[in-house]
Amino acid sequence: MNNDRRFSLRVGAVLIFLVCSAALISLFYTPCDPYAIDAAQRFLPPSLHHWFGTDNFGRDNFSRAVTGARYSLFVASVTVALSCFFGVVLGLLSGFAGGIADEIILRLTDALSSFPAVLTALVAVTVFSGGKFAIIPALAIAFLPSFIRLTRSGAMRLKNLDYIQAAYVSGASTARIMFRHLLPNLLPTLIPAVVVGLSNAILAESGMSYLGLGIQPPTPSWGRMLFEGQTYLFHAPWETLSAGLMMVLTVLGFHALGESLEK
Amino acid sequence: MKKNFIRKIASAVLAAAVLLPLAACGPGGEASSSSSSAAPTSSSAQSSQASGGEFVFGMQTQPDHLDPFLAATADTRSILFNIFEGLVKPDKDGNLIPAVAQSYEMSKDATSYTFHIRKGIQFQNGNPVTADDVKYSLDTAAGLSGGKVLVADLAKMKSVEIKDASTVVVHLKQADYEFLPYLTSAIVPKGYTEQDTHPIGTGPFEFESYSPQQSLVLKKNPDYWQKDLPKLDKVTFKLESDSNALLMDLQGGSVDGASIANNVASQIGSGFQLIQANSNSVQMLGLNNSRKPFDDVKVRRAVSCALNPDEIISTVNFGKAVRAGTPVIPGLKKYFDDSLTHAYDQNTQKAKQLLSEAGYPNGFSMAITVPSNYTVHVDTAQVMVSELKKAGVTATIKQVDFATWLSGVYTQRNYEATVISVDGTTLSPRSYLGRYLSDASNNFVNYKSPEFDSVYKQAENEPDEDKRVELYKQAQEILSKDAASVYIQDIANLNVLRDEFSGFTPYPLYVFDASTIYRAK
Repeated sequence: MNNDRRFSLRVGAVLIFLVCSAALISLFYTPCDPYAIDAAQRFLPPSLHHWFGTDNFGRDNFSRAVTGARYSLFVASVTVALSCFFGVVLGLLSGFAGGIADEIILRLTDALSSFPAVLTALVAVTVFSGGKFAIIPALAIAFLPSFIRLTRSGAMRLKNLDYIQAAYVSGASTARIMFRHLLPNLLPTLIPAVVVGLSNAILAESGMSYLGLGIQPPTPSWGRMLFEGQTYLFHAPWETLSAGLMMVLTVLGFHALGESLEK
Repeated sequence: MKKNFIRKIASAVLAAAVLLPLAACGPGGEASSSSSSAAPTSSSAQSSQASGGEFVFGMQTQPDHLDPFLAATADTRSILFNIFEGLVKPDKDGNLIPAVAQSYEMSKDATSYTFHIRKGIQFQNGNPVTADDVKYSLDTAAGLSGGKVLVADLAKMKSVEIKDASTVVVHLKQADYEFLPYLTSAIVPKGYTEQDTHPIGTGPFEFESYSPQQSLVLKKNPDYWQKDLPKLDKVTFKLESDSNALLMDLQGGSVDGASIANNVASQIGSGFQLIQANSNSVQMLGLNNSRKPFDDVKVRRAVSCALNPDEIISTVNFGKAVRAGTPVIPGLKKYFDDSLTHAYDQNTQKAKQLLSEAGYPNGFSMAITVPSNYTVHVDTAQVMVSELKKAGVTATIKQVDFATWLSGVYTQRNYEATVISVDGTTLSPRSYLGRYLSDASNNFVNYKSPEFDSVYKQAENEPDEDKRVELYKQAQEILSKDAASVYIQDIANLNVLRDEFSGFTPYPLYVFDASTIYRAK
């Protein structure tokens, strides 16, 4: 591993560690109640008590930003886990088995990716209406095609190699070849994709929440904080900046991490 | 690789650097309030100002219908106010002035009203308004020509009689001394079926074009019967999705005026005049009376006790609102029952007690459906969620777009609770109370009370004004006692106008009158 990659890895690891531990700590402790409304305390600038100031309801921005980290990371990781799991299974099936299964899966993937990801997610949110986390299946569907494609091309590349043929000859079942022999060799391409997928999922979740379709207020989420703070951007930019800062750090962290893991 | 990474950091820093100076040079919150005392200029006083020009009015809505008989939303009616007129129309003081009719008489027993059509008045398509058109319009609206009743208020009409080419008599099924306000219902050309795509009326502006989600453009009606109106050549209603977009429009200069929420008003800065008036609508937490658990009056009372309208007013509206307590707007002073304002003061203990009496000792969960384009309603719902939590009720917010709200909540009544402002179509207590009649088509909270129905009907038939007022107050008391819904506030309506425009006319109704606005400089 060369120096540049080590540098990226360190930066990424530190940033993600910071954000994740903030989210974890917020489960047990936040400096203030992120839901406590008090009009007398609104638009306070950053201070020792309110590190990131307060919003238009007088709620503590720092507490809301770290509580929001919890929801953003949760939504992002479940989304990516779901789309990665289904993507890998379908991708292996399509790439290794080929034939009619390949045709069907490929056409479905084409159909899915012919819509812009955000549009797919918007429709899905409406279909899965209700529920705090309707956004998770919605985003998982939107992210599915990239994982299917990635796995499929990897499987097609590997399936004619000698060791797979050898496994065949020695009588291994298709499922065993797919998951025991193919999958481990695909991991080097999958892991960076997962890490970058996490940062994309965080951005997508924020975008949906900004539009009012993601996590519903008063539950804090970075996208919603950007939206609510936007009105007061000139007067009290703290809310927007605190959510924006958290997003920049998280996305930067995942990108640095993903980059260092790439070949 | 490292270069790549550094480039990314650099671009992030750059993005932040672009944002920061913006924040630094923005005007302080106080700067804008200096102009808030600017009084609206009376339009009649100026006669020397330049006419003509274009005006862009920003709105945070999408029209539901352009046909005046189908339009259900307050904002749509506010736009259509500029295109259509009735036999009479409201003026800025809340009186009814003759419009399509030149004069009118009521029969002694109040069972018929005679109207004389204004000489020379014509539709925007150039055709003169005839007695046939008036009969057609009223018959269509009231469902007398075989169709559905489109304007529920007109259902009391028995028939419309054409006396001669310019005289029309409206006969009622029973005596009604207060029927005139309903005759503000639009007069449209007979047999014209394209109203929903190209509306034609007699108002000061005629329809030019409509691009959904973008804009609705009106141009001057050169043959308008009030000779000095309208002053502008063209009015564009810019249709925006939320208050942030509207704020950007105002600051960026793409709109000249708008009706805005209080939180936006504190941010707009100089170069604008702020005109504060009542919005003439009552914001409420609508409770679906036929849905569990809100079918139980104790639960509805508990929710009323859990909420604190004063906190909502100070938090969401920066104190610029009048507390309500009944669906009648506080501006309708004669009928507004101010003794009900504090019928339910916040009392968490009492709320909990009522809930356990109703069989919910551990509270319950409810979803508040809110149209996402109205930031003020979403913010109100956020405060409500925190207040309800103290009483043990777990409320969640579900944002939907306005079209979904209209069909799902207002029309199909498929919801538990919702936050919305409800206005009246006319300056009569009936337009605020009528929707609570058990069989009213717009009774979207599904309230049913034979007691209310009978008091309301009694009030309608009462010739003596004092007794009538008393009965309407009694009807409000029944609504309050039954906690039909929670009536929060009449939010102050802030209209902003770029400094170079003048002549804004506030109305005691939820309408925007573009005809008196003119460019002063």
